[in-house]
Amino acid sequence: MLSKRIIPCLDVRDGKLTKGIKFKGNIDIGDPVEVARRYYEQGADEIVFYDITASSEGRDIMIDVVKRVAETIFIPFSVGGGIRTLEDMRSVILAGAEKVSVNSGAVENPKIISEGAVAFGCQCIVLGMDVKNVEKSAKIPSGYEIVIQGGRKYMGIDALWWAREAENLGAGEICLNSIDADGTQEGYELELTHLITTNVKIPVIASGGAGKKEDLLNVLTKAKADAALIASIVHYGTYTIAELKEYLSGNDVKVREIW
Amino acid sequence: MIAIVDYRAGNLTSVARALRSLNVPCVITDRADELRRADRVIFPGVGAAGEAMRNLRDSGLDGCIREIAESGKPLLGICLGTQIIFETSEEDDRTACLGIIPGGVKRFPGGLKEKDVPLKIPHMGWNRVQFRGKHPLFEGIPGNAEFYFVHSYYPAPSEDSSIVGETEYGIRFASVVSRGSLVAVQFHPEKSGRFGLRILENFSRWEGSHAQ
Repeated sequence: MLSKRIIPCLDVRDGKLTKGIKFKGNIDIGDPVEVARRYYEQGADEIVFYDITASSEGRDIMIDVVKRVAETIFIPFSVGGGIRTLEDMRSVILAGAEKVSVNSGAVENPKIISEGAVAFGCQCIVLGMDVKNVEKSAKIPSGYEIVIQGGRKYMGIDALWWAREAENLGAGEICLNSIDADGTQEGYELELTHLITTNVKIPVIASGGAGKKEDLLNVLTKAKADAALIASIVHYGTYTIAELKEYLSGNDVKVREIW
Repeated sequence: MIAIVDYRAGNLTSVARALRSLNVPCVITDRADELRRADRVIFPGVGAAGEAMRNLRDSGLDGCIREIAESGKPLLGICLGTQIIFETSEEDDRTACLGIIPGGVKRFPGGLKEKDVPLKIPHMGWNRVQFRGKHPLFEGIPGNAEFYFVHSYYPAPSEDSSIVGETEYGIRFASVVSRGSLVAVQFHPEKSGRFGLRILENFSRWEGSHAQ
């Protein structure tokens, strides 16, 4: 039986973590490679990196980070942020990432999903979706709308329609981020997660809102997510990944228990 | 020296990186003479069976892989490499494959469920392998270890004796098969953490003899 995956997310700018990460014992670390190694050793099932660098020099630094990560951890990891072209995908994959995540680049040019799937295989292509709760309308029948630029720009696209469309275009996985829940630490958007994961055949990673271990249990059981993305809950040392897994395992969620 | 077969089937550097982390010398090559010279051969791959077989035939490496499998030289198949070791694959409109292990490769059927929850395809993520007996390649691997899988098709050997380990995903399928000095795994040892690395390390020392 497949395990539910627990996936820490690291935001990187100019080759450094945007926030220092505190491990228990209060060690503050800003090096993404070092932090990836720690999470790998603590039982992360996968790691997601978001490059929030704007400059092209910064992008080269990120490729170097990816190369060093690939020599350090031996689990899958994905890289997203600013991916717009096949060349962007290729450079990240050749540097050693297992998967590449497209978000606003795919909203603006959906063909990048199918082109990426043909060039590198569906399993490489993750669609990142940023979603906001809106009033149901003819245009947005699910009541969930795709947004970009951190939620500042509404795209007039229904989230459920976009998830199905991306699946048809060849995305291998969806990373579903609720802008409403993101950063609140008040729990994942369960309704949205359930809606998307039960209406596509590809795996869905729930993202945004994890603050307590119960949040992970809810999103993996009630909302049926295949994986849970976590950030602050482990970055600030509230729990270790091992503690989260032990709790989930004790509540009959199948997780990878030894590593 | 371990040779990693390059037949343009995905990015092969992750296998090389994993071996380098173990200080095991390796080379990625599409040259038959280099494969013949190597002490051991790894046959990896990501992608689709049809194109992989075309690339193998075009480069003439199909015969070389069969020859290595028969020679007693340790050979490790990974993921797509494992699948095209069989006779046929349902992928790409029934692809004729290398025929080293009797049997075929099938697509996961639609409508699979586990505990009433519909299963996603591809089978992507961490899962266990139930080993049927002891094999030197899996020495030091605890029974509840998990490995990273990504695939939509699964090996279905026609001879029960080729099955070394099985995995549950709605159905029970052969996730590890062997024949003589060939062992083939459906998961990715290079992406399966410490236990995956242990398998690669075991392979780097394996002489091809085995007891089941």
